[in-house]
Formats: sequence, structure tokens, C-alpha cells
Amino acid sequence: MLKLFRHLKPYAVAVVIVVLLVAAQAIAELYLPTLMSDIVDVGIVKGDTGYILRTGGLMLLVALADMGCALIAALLSAQVGMGFGRDLRRKVFTRVEGFSLHEFDIVGTPSLITRTTNDITQVQMFTMMTMRMIIMAPIMAVGGVIMAWQKDARLTWVLAVVIPVIAVVVIFTAGRALPLFRAIQKKIDKINLVLREGLTGVRVVRAFNRVEHEKGRFDVANLDLTKTSITVNKIMALMMPLMMLIMNITTVAIIWFGAKRIDLGEMQVGSLMAFIQYAMQILFSLLMVSFLFIMLPRASASGTRINEVLGMIPGIKDPATARAAEDEHGYIEFKDVSFAYPGAEEPALRNVSFSAKPGEVTAIIGGTGSGKSTLVNLIPRFYDVQSGSILVDGVDVREMAQEKLRSKLGFVPQKAVLFNDTIANNIRYGREEATDEEVAHAAETAQALEFILAMPEGFQSVVSQGGTNVSGGQKQRLSIARALVRGPEVYIFDDTFSALDFKTDARLRAALRKETAEATVIIVAQRVNTVMDADRIIVLEDGGIVGLGTHRELIRTCEVYREIVSSQLSEEELA
Amino acid sequence: MSDANNKGRAAAPAAGTSASAPGFGPPGGRGGRGGPGGGHGPMGGMGRPVEKAKNFGKSMRRLVAYLKPHMGKLVAVFALAIASTVFAIFAPKIMGKATTRIFEGLMAKMMHAPGAAIDFGYVGQIVVLLIGLYVFSAILSYIQQYIMAGVAQRTVYDMRKQVNDKLARLPLSFYDGHTHGEILSRFTNDMDNISNTLQQSLTQLITSVVTILGVLVMMLTISPLLTAITIIVLPLSFLATRVVAPKSQKYFADQWKHLGELNGHVEEMYTGHTIVKAFGHERKSIDKFNTVNEKVYEASWKAQFISGLMFPLMTFINNIGYVAVAVAGGIMVTRRAIQIGDIQAFIQYSRQFTMPIAQTANIANILQSTVASAERVFELLDEPEEEADSATAKVLSSPRGEVRFENVDFSYKPDAPLITGMNLDVKEGQTIAIVGPTGAGKTTLVNLLMRFYELQGGKISVDGVDIRDMRRGNLRCTFGMVLQDTWLFNGTIRDNIAYGRDNVSDDEVHQAAVAAHADHFIRTLPEGYNTVLNEEASNISQGQRQLLTIARAILIDPAILILDEATSSVDTRTEVLIQKAMAQLMKGRTSFVIAHRLSTIRDAKMILVMNHGKIIETGTHKELLAKGGFYADLYNSQFTGASLEAEAV
Repeated sequence: MLKLFRHLKPYAVAVVIVVLLVAAQAIAELYLPTLMSDIVDVGIVKGDTGYILRTGGLMLLVALADMGCALIAALLSAQVGMGFGRDLRRKVFTRVEGFSLHEFDIVGTPSLITRTTNDITQVQMFTMMTMRMIIMAPIMAVGGVIMAWQKDARLTWVLAVVIPVIAVVVIFTAGRALPLFRAIQKKIDKINLVLREGLTGVRVVRAFNRVEHEKGRFDVANLDLTKTSITVNKIMALMMPLMMLIMNITTVAIIWFGAKRIDLGEMQVGSLMAFIQYAMQILFSLLMVSFLFIMLPRASASGTRINEVLGMIPGIKDPATARAAEDEHGYIEFKDVSFAYPGAEEPALRNVSFSAKPGEVTAIIGGTGSGKSTLVNLIPRFYDVQSGSILVDGVDVREMAQEKLRSKLGFVPQKAVLFNDTIANNIRYGREEATDEEVAHAAETAQALEFILAMPEGFQSVVSQGGTNVSGGQKQRLSIARALVRGPEVYIFDDTFSALDFKTDARLRAALRKETAEATVIIVAQRVNTVMDADRIIVLEDGGIVGLGTHRELIRTCEVYREIVSSQLSEEELA
Repeated sequence: MSDANNKGRAAAPAAGTSASAPGFGPPGGRGGRGGPGGGHGPMGGMGRPVEKAKNFGKSMRRLVAYLKPHMGKLVAVFALAIASTVFAIFAPKIMGKATTRIFEGLMAKMMHAPGAAIDFGYVGQIVVLLIGLYVFSAILSYIQQYIMAGVAQRTVYDMRKQVNDKLARLPLSFYDGHTHGEILSRFTNDMDNISNTLQQSLTQLITSVVTILGVLVMMLTISPLLTAITIIVLPLSFLATRVVAPKSQKYFADQWKHLGELNGHVEEMYTGHTIVKAFGHERKSIDKFNTVNEKVYEASWKAQFISGLMFPLMTFINNIGYVAVAVAGGIMVTRRAIQIGDIQAFIQYSRQFTMPIAQTANIANILQSTVASAERVFELLDEPEEEADSATAKVLSSPRGEVRFENVDFSYKPDAPLITGMNLDVKEGQTIAIVGPTGAGKTTLVNLLMRFYELQGGKISVDGVDIRDMRRGNLRCTFGMVLQDTWLFNGTIRDNIAYGRDNVSDDEVHQAAVAAHADHFIRTLPEGYNTVLNEEASNISQGQRQLLTIARAILIDPAILILDEATSSVDTRTEVLIQKAMAQLMKGRTSFVIAHRLSTIRDAKMILVMNHGKIIETGTHKELLAKGGFYADLYNSQFTGASLEAEAV
């Protein structure tokens, strides 16, 4: 948490001013009872109405100054608190945008989202509250003790008794309640998890007739949460009356012992009244500090998570002096590439070597987990290889600027991702300067034109968040159009065609063939008929190449390939 | 957002009750604000803007009905709250008497009256009385909050349970029309809101009102004139609340809107990270983020500032009252109109006023937002349910697996009929392949078989029994189903496979896994069958998830199988194995197979070719090829893609 506060640096001056203003406020508020005691001890005792009025006027001025300070402090702390949040958000987001897929794998996308949104909000609120209330507490407490001491040093011993008592009560209650508050948060997460599972799996739950079972799971979580909530609320129910009781008894004690002091002629009545008010201010300040303890664990958990993100250095960076590859266009070469995901025992790719040229189609086929997607993810340098090298147009991808490298590629991922924007803009994401005609042409090639035109707003239809208003196959085709409009040197299709039905698939590939004739095409596929016509088929198994050649060659030479083919094609088609 | 609220609320009981408690507040009543993060209304740090309920009265009554079972306790809570407050209200006046007596004794001494001394006997009596009052008040207040904790949480428990039960009875069409986020939000944010209002605001309202009235009465009994002077500042407090709060509302609404936009952008950019990177749009994404982030900042600091104004303003108004009491009281004491202790009592009373007034001023907002929350929950509860199973519903004890569709009409939307006059007769043990382009209505057929949706016309029967005359549970038990989206829950692999049945032995789980060819990969996981799938089940691959769902279906040993593109995510080699297992499984069972992959359905007894929701062709593979229709076209396109080239371009 404290580590995060170094991001407050740009606001140092404002923070210092806020502290000064708050201190001034505290002094003003402590000064009021002093003036009141003067009214009693001097004005009333002497019956001096003029003095009373003068002192009253002074009190009003003090109150006005108090408000002035508070207003400026409110303005500054709002700007500091919110500005701090804004800066943190910007830093985190900018950092995350620089992450490679590796960092995303480590932290997890949902967690990164939470860290950028909720966690920062949490920290921002904490900062805000600290500035508004908690800075005040220690100043007020110390000031109150000093004022009380001045009024009557001897009576201050009452405070010496009460303050530790309050501290003990706060620590004891907080000690019991805090773990419960944390437990409640976990239990809320749990109940949400059960509920979310019930929502996403509603068909399965019903299909398996497990509705009662799910209700049971939910009820367990619900009851658990309820019980803990009741316990924590009961503890909190004890805390407040107890605190008030202590404060009130303090007041009574001050009156009783104060009366003795007055009797001895060592204290005046007005001072006694002022003293009581100081005592209350001190005790309320302590109460404020106890809120800090309630809020701190949560905010610091958020703070830790944010710091983790800020502390992560993206593993993939542009080289200091990037090499450009100007001479060649669309040449890809894998030289003895091995790659393992961090923490994995087995490498996902081992000793992969092959090369692809413009005008060629290279297809990659293999079983689940054989490393097909991993292989194509290495080309845009989403991950770095452990050994060997990948050359694009003769230059190692690690020596190129990432943006330069990726500008050569048209990447269509396995899972089509669209953005909440118009269809046209989604396609144009591939190349922002693309004209309407180019967008339409790309859509046509990707077999998307028909359904786009069937939508009420055509190209201006907005894709909803998460792309829920287009089907899986439609998403995939838009994603292809996006790559097409880019007009890249290299096309990478990562198992892009399996979401399409056969007819669309066939038409699409036919249309693509014309469009991508000049380019290098790399296709990951599961269907044999998708890869049959490729210039080169790479058969992967357990991360290694077990076959490389054309369909005809592989049928003869590659056992694995033959198995795959025979599972999909009938005898006569094989012939 | 709800997080911020939670925390504020959790702290709030502390600050909240302090207001109605006796004793001196410090000048400015700093002790008694809504607590850090203040959950409710305009004080809420990053709170939502206040929403208005659509039908306040009706929803309020319905909400109150939930409290009915706890009526006895509630009455007790209210009685205790009132008693505790009343006791507390007496204290300052009594305390003032002690101060007065001390002052009198002092003055007498100063006048050097004979035998003058502070009457410690009297002061002592008052001290004992005060301690008694305070202790009593504290105990009552504790009991009241103690009981309320149970009532509030129980009520919310009931509501949550009710909503969850309701979700189980809602037809699937409901889920089509509502996002998960929307439903979840009703659960978390709205329930949270209701729970906190019940826990705190309800009794706060009572104690606030009692305090205001009680203090007013006490003040009047001491000095009507000083009361009038004290009350003069009251309208100012109300005014401040009324003027400032709506202003900050506007900015809070802006902040909320921009923050939503920002969070949406973050979510999109992070989930689409691959694409952002692949197309080199990082800079653009950051630029957009910064623009929106700046808007959030602009709105939020203003919102925070204006809502933060309340604080100094109220403090100032209170201080005016404080000064007025000190000055006017002082003058009145010198004129012997009141006594010195009365000033002290008044100062205490005027402090006690502050919080209840701010609370009552805010209570309207709190109630509005609570009832609006309740309304959203009620809306959900009022959604039309699935038709209940009839009392005479039949149960097939040993289903054979004959399925008939007779003149079935169906549509998701009334204006777009999808299936009309469909007929189908499937004999026991037959395999039916359903093929057709995307959106041809293949999944719809499954939805109807399982009675996830109701027909508009015609009937579907299993073993000659109309499925509407069967218990849903029994009907669905006769089907084993592997869906397109592999749903697994956050539990062990073993529990996920065993999901379909109770009391499954480890042996059966293993057998099912072996049959689905999942056993091998499961055993290579570090924890084997006890591996806990994480929330998105992302610790196993899509193909492996598919295998698990197949094992799950195998385990329940159903009479009828439905395979919905079941193997499309499994790689081709594994698929061979699965096909073998499926063939074994399908033996003797009626099976509906939906797949894009023609090779998997080539062996089907009958093929239903669907397009635009209608069955346009039926027959075996050979028959359909010979027919040269839609199916033949579809089939040929798989292998003669090149011949389509001319057509496509």
C-alpha cells in the first residue's frame, strides 16, 4: 500500500497543503471550546454581556476560518485522490498493453481486468478517505491532549485511563471482526461463483436434471454467508454501544473529578466544560483511526495486486536498435525452434524447422496439444522461443520492432475476437486507412458480405460487447475480413475454418486462394480437406514435426497423417 | 463498485449510531458522519447515482411483507431503539443539573457565603444516575442491534434463496434475453443494498425521528427561547443538504457513466489482447483509455468535491448554532433566565441534532434506492415461469427411446416462425444425424426434445407419452447430452464426471473416463482425478474439456443420446477413438447426432437435412447422395471446393 503512495509524488505540494489546512481546521475546532469556556468563566461570572458578544463574534470568525480551510482541503483532496486514481489507472493500463501473452497467462485476463478497475477504485477511495478524515484524527487527538493539558494538567489522567481502554476495545473488536469481514468477501465470491456457474450451465444443469443439486450447493453458500454476516454484525452491534458507553462514562468521570478540582479552586466551570469537549474530540479521533484499520486490509490487498502488475516487466521488448527487413517480403523460416510454456515440464515445441515463401500455402495439422497454435503464436512474437530462431524476411523476430513485424502479418486467431464497434470499424481494425470499397471487398472475400447486408444497418451495425449478436461462424468470417483488409505479406489462420459449415468453408477457401495468391499463407487446421491442397503440410505430434510434405507424399510416408486422413475420409476418397 | 459500497457500509454502523448516542460531540459533530466510504446516497464515495423506484408504494409494501415473519422481533427492535434513545436524551439535562450545582457551589464560595461548598452528595447522586442511564441505554442499544443483525440477514437470505429457486423455474427463453451480468448484478448489488438498509437505515430512521422529537421536547422544557435560537439553524442544514446533494448527483452520474465506459474498454482490450497486439493497436488503445480516463477524472473530482462540501458546510452551520447557544445562553445566564448547566445541556442537544437531521434528509434517497433495488429483484421474481409439472405427470421407469414429432410448430420470436409442421418418427435404437448450415435450427430441435422451450403447436412424444405429460426431471433423465459449449464447474474432475448422478463410485467414474478416452490425460495431470478445475476450466484444453463432458454423458447411461457437435473441438485422432466409444455407447440407444463433420454421421440410420428451421430432406447417406439435392450439394462441396471457385468469385 505504502509503495503505491509513491505515485502521489506529483501531488506532494497539494498533500502538504491539505495536511496544513487540516491542522488549521483542527486548531480552529479545538479553539472553539476554549472560547466558550472564556464566555462561561469570564463573561458569565462577571456578568459582562459585551465580553460575551465579543467572544461570540470571535467564535464565528474562527468557525468561518475553519470552513474556509475545510473547503479548500476538500477541493484539493478531491483532485489529489481522483488524480492519483487516474494516474494509477493510466500506468497500469499502459503497462498491461505492453505485456506479452506470457504475462497474461501468468496473471489471467479476468484478474488483470479486476486489477485495472476495481482494485484501483478501492485504493483511490482509501486515499480519498485518508485525506478527508484520517489525517485529521492524529492531529486532533494530539491537539486535544495538549489543550486538555493546558486547561488542567491534573485532570488529564482521566484521559490516560480512557484512551488505552478505547484502544483495547477497538483492537479487540477489530481483531475479531476483520477476519470475518474478509471471510464475508470470500463467501460473497463463492455465492457468486455458484450462481454464475448456474447461469452459464443452465442447459446442462437442466439436461442432467440436477436442479435440486444446484439449489443445495447454492443454499450451502447462502447459509454460510448469512451466518458469518450475522456473526460480524453482532460483533459490530457490541462495539458501538460500548464505545458510546465509555465516552459517556468519561464525561461523567470528568464532571465528578473536575468538581473536586473546582472545589479546591484549581479549575473553573467553563474549563471543565471545555475539557469535556476536548475529551470527546480525542475519543472520536481514535474512532476514526479504527476505521482506518477496517479499510486498510482491503485496500492493501488491492494495492499489492496493483503493485504486482506495475512490477511485472514485459518479457518481450523491442530491441534497442531494431533491424528492418526491407529486401524480402513474406519469407518465414523456423530454425530448430524449441519452446516450452513457463512452468511446463514438457516443451510445447521441439526442434521445429521449416520455411515458407510467398505464394505458398503451409498447413499445420496435428492432434490437440500437439503445438499447432503455439507454433503460429511464435511468428508474431507473442512468445519468445527458448532455443533456435524464427526469421521473418531474413531477420530474427527478436531483432525487429514488434510493430514492424506485426504489420507484415494478418493474424486470424482460433477464437474470433471482435470489438464493440460497427462492423466496418471492426474490419478496418486491420488497416485504418482502408476505404469503404476495400472493406466491402474484404467482407465479400471472407463470405461475410451476405449476412452483413442482411443486418438492419449493414456495415454500420454495431457488434455488441463480446460479439453476442453475431454467430460464431460470422465472427470468424469478420475476423478473416479484418486480416484481409490489412493486405499483409503473411496470413496466419489459426484453426479458423472449423466454426464454418462445409459449404461456406469451401467457398471461403476458394475466394481466399485468389486473394492471397501473392502472399505467404499459414493455416492451422483439423480437417483434412482444408489442408489437402496445401503446398506443404506440417504434421505435428507432441511438439515435434513427424511429417512434412504434400498430401500425396504424406499419405505414403507419414503414419500419423494417414491415421488422421482415414478418420475423416472414406476409402474411395482416399484413393 | 459494489466493493466500495460494501466497505463503506461495513464501517457505517459505527459512525451511524454515534449520532443518536448521548454525550458531547466535538464542535462540528465530526464524529457522526456516514462513515468512511459512506454507503448511502450522495455521501457515497464512488456511489451510484440515486435511482427512483417505478412504483414506490407497491414495491415498498412488498418489501415490508418480507419482514412479516420477523414482526415480533421487529416490534422489539423498535421498542428497544426508542427506549434506548429516550434514556440517552434525558442524560444531558441531568448532567446539566450537576454542572449547575457545581457552579452554584463555586459562586457561593466566591461570594464567601458561610458553609458554602459544592454539594458533592447531590453531584454524586447525579453521577450514579447518569451512569445507570448510560449503561441501560447501551445495553438496550446492543440488544436492538443484535436482534436486527439476525432479522436483516435472515430476510436477505430468504430473498436470495427465493431468487435462486426462481432462476431454476425460469424458462430458457428468459436466459436468452438477459445477460449474466445483469442477473448477477441483481444478486450482488441490489441484495447488498437491501441488506444494508435493513441492517442500518431502518433503525436509524426510528432513532433519528425519536431523537429529533425527544431533544426538541427536552430543550423546550429547559428554555423555549434558547430552543428557538438553536432551531434557527435547522433550515440551513436542510437547505445545504437539498442544494448540494443534487448537484453532486449530476457529477456522480457522469462519473458512473464514464467509469462504465472505461471499464468496458479495459475489458475489451484485455480480452482481445492478442488482436490488439497482432494488429499493432496498442497506442490507439492507450490513447482512447487516456481520453476516457481523463473524463472520469473530471467528473469524479467534481463529484467528490461537491459531496465533500457537505461536510464543512454542516460543520459551519453547527458551529453557528454552537456560538449562538454559547452567546445567547451566556447572556441569559447573566440575566438569570437560565442556568449554567443548561448551556452545557443545550450544547449537547444541538450536537445530537446534527446527525439525525442529516440522516432524515438522506433517508428519502436511501429508501428510493433500496426500493428501486427491491423492484429489480421483484421484477425477476415476477417473470413468467416454466409451466409446472402437472400433478398427474407420468414417469417412464424404463424408457425404450422411441421419439415422435407430430406437426410441431415452434418459434423463438412470435413474428419469426422457425419450425412449422414438422414430423419425425424415430424407432428405438436408431441413429439420427441432423445436418445443415449454421442457424438451420439443429440446436432448436434439441431444445424442444428436452422441453427447454414450449411448442406453439403439435406434440412431441417419447415412448408414446406426450413430453408435456411427463415430469421434466424424468424426461431429461432419459437423455444424455453433450452440448456445444462444454460446461464444467469449479470442482474436481471426478465430481465433474460424476455430475449426472448421485452416489457414483470411483470405479464407475474411471470406467466412464476410459470409455471417453479421457482417462489417459487425466492421469497425466499432477492431481489426477482430484485435479480441481479452475473457474474457467482453463487449466485443461478445449479438447480435454470435451472429453470430460463426454465421460459425464456416458456415465448416466441414458436411453437417448444427444450429441451436439460434440466432437468438433476434439482433434481428429482423438475423435477416431471417441467415435469408437460413441459407436459402442450408441448401440441399442436412440441417438441424435448433430455435427458439421459429415464423416461422423455417415453411418447414421437416417439423416435429417435441415435448412431455415425446416427438415428439407430425409434418408440415408446413399439415398440422399443419389437424390442430388441440398445434402448432395453440401457433401460435394467438402471435397470439390475447387469446382466452386467460379461460383464463389
